[in-house]
Amino acid sequence: MELISLSVLDLSLAACLVVLLAILSWHLQLGLQKTLIIAASRSVIQLTLLGLVLKQLFNQSSLPLIALISLIMLTVAGYEVMARQGRKFTGWWGMGIGTSSMFLSSFSITLLALFTIINVDPWYTPQYLIPLLGMLLGNTMNGIAVSLNNLTTTAHAQKGQIEARLIQGHSWQEAITNIRREALKSGLIPIINSMTTAGIVSLPGMMTGQILAGSPPMEAAKYQLLILFMIAAGTGLGSLAAVWIGSARLFDDRQRLRLDRLKS
Amino acid sequence: MISVKNLHSALFTAVNFQAEPGQCLCIHGESGTGKTLLLRAIADLDPNEGIVELDNRARGSISPEQWRRQVTYLPAESFWWYETVAEHFEHNDTDWSALGLPLQIGDWQVSRLSSGERQRLALLRALDHQPKVLLLDEVTANLDEDNTLKVETLIKSRLQQGLIVIWVSHDRAQRERMADLSFLIDANGFQKVA
Repeated sequence: MELISLSVLDLSLAACLVVLLAILSWHLQLGLQKTLIIAASRSVIQLTLLGLVLKQLFNQSSLPLIALISLIMLTVAGYEVMARQGRKFTGWWGMGIGTSSMFLSSFSITLLALFTIINVDPWYTPQYLIPLLGMLLGNTMNGIAVSLNNLTTTAHAQKGQIEARLIQGHSWQEAITNIRREALKSGLIPIINSMTTAGIVSLPGMMTGQILAGSPPMEAAKYQLLILFMIAAGTGLGSLAAVWIGSARLFDDRQRLRLDRLKS
Repeated sequence: MISVKNLHSALFTAVNFQAEPGQCLCIHGESGTGKTLLLRAIADLDPNEGIVELDNRARGSISPEQWRRQVTYLPAESFWWYETVAEHFEHNDTDWSALGLPLQIGDWQVSRLSSGERQRLALLRALDHQPKVLLLDEVTANLDEDNTLKVETLIKSRLQQGLIVIWVSHDRAQRERMADLSFLIDANGFQKVA
């Protein structure tokens, strides 16, 4: 099969659907038309720019440039995790916990995939590295943001219970164990759900894109599985790291609950 | 023996006192003077500075878990983390009747309990691991007279067995019934009163 190239006209037709939705929202007084149009415009600008950048990048294949772009992606994701926290950690920890956890999980899993599974040569071939890393960063970012936010807001709300356990002579790990477990669950449920329903209820976006772009369905399915497994592992490892570092940071060397290390 | 020397934090000034086994030390003072923070500092729940020793052993040489089991703080509001009452207790020989609680209360859901029942159970829970020092923070404020007296009787019997009690109470009659030593905390600091 050959890739059918989309023209500007084709995309404009699809964009009309969004405009139609905006008109509907205005008519029904849903108040969503403005944000909808802004979001759609942002996606046009961002993806066009990305396409241009990747086009350049794919022609270059220079390691320093790819490293720089990966770093920018990581920083933006780290900032996004921090921005989604209801109660941020003070100081460098605010951005540090999310960023280091994402670095740990996304980068190691992407490298693992490039070196041992896909076996690309050279390993930093941007056609593989950038999309894989982006996919992983985007998903681990969600998992980490959700579980870290869950950890800190619950710890704040359940200060009394945590301290009651400390008073009873429990260690800090025991005192936070339920909260830590729930925080991790909240971060992992989305990827577990999407693996459960993949192919039955939903046709994953990546696979759909690949099939539309002309790949044989079996190849698309295999790549989709690879991505799902990598996302699950990346989200799990990243959330685990973030929740572990975050919960340790909530206590000091005398095992006191230090909510003053969170911004209110 | 518990000995507190120059204990202070950002929120209260130098506190010095000493108490022997069997002694009940009562503290009063207007709200906002740091009574709760003082008890929390002794139990090492908030950052604080100064010297606290139990039987001549420095607090820093004892792990935080062990310290809090021996020097146990009981706040005015009680918190629970399991479904049923008994799960919160390590020993199964608790004498519920000492505080007028029914024998089956161990099987009850915590959510079913009244605030007065919770408060009395919190005291039994604090005594469950046999602390050497008990830090009480207005623990009878929400109890009726009958139950308040039951709590005092239980504390008195533990005092006779060598427990040290440090009791923050706004109730003058209660302090007169219980105190071996009395302290006032106010803007001038922490002082002994006759």
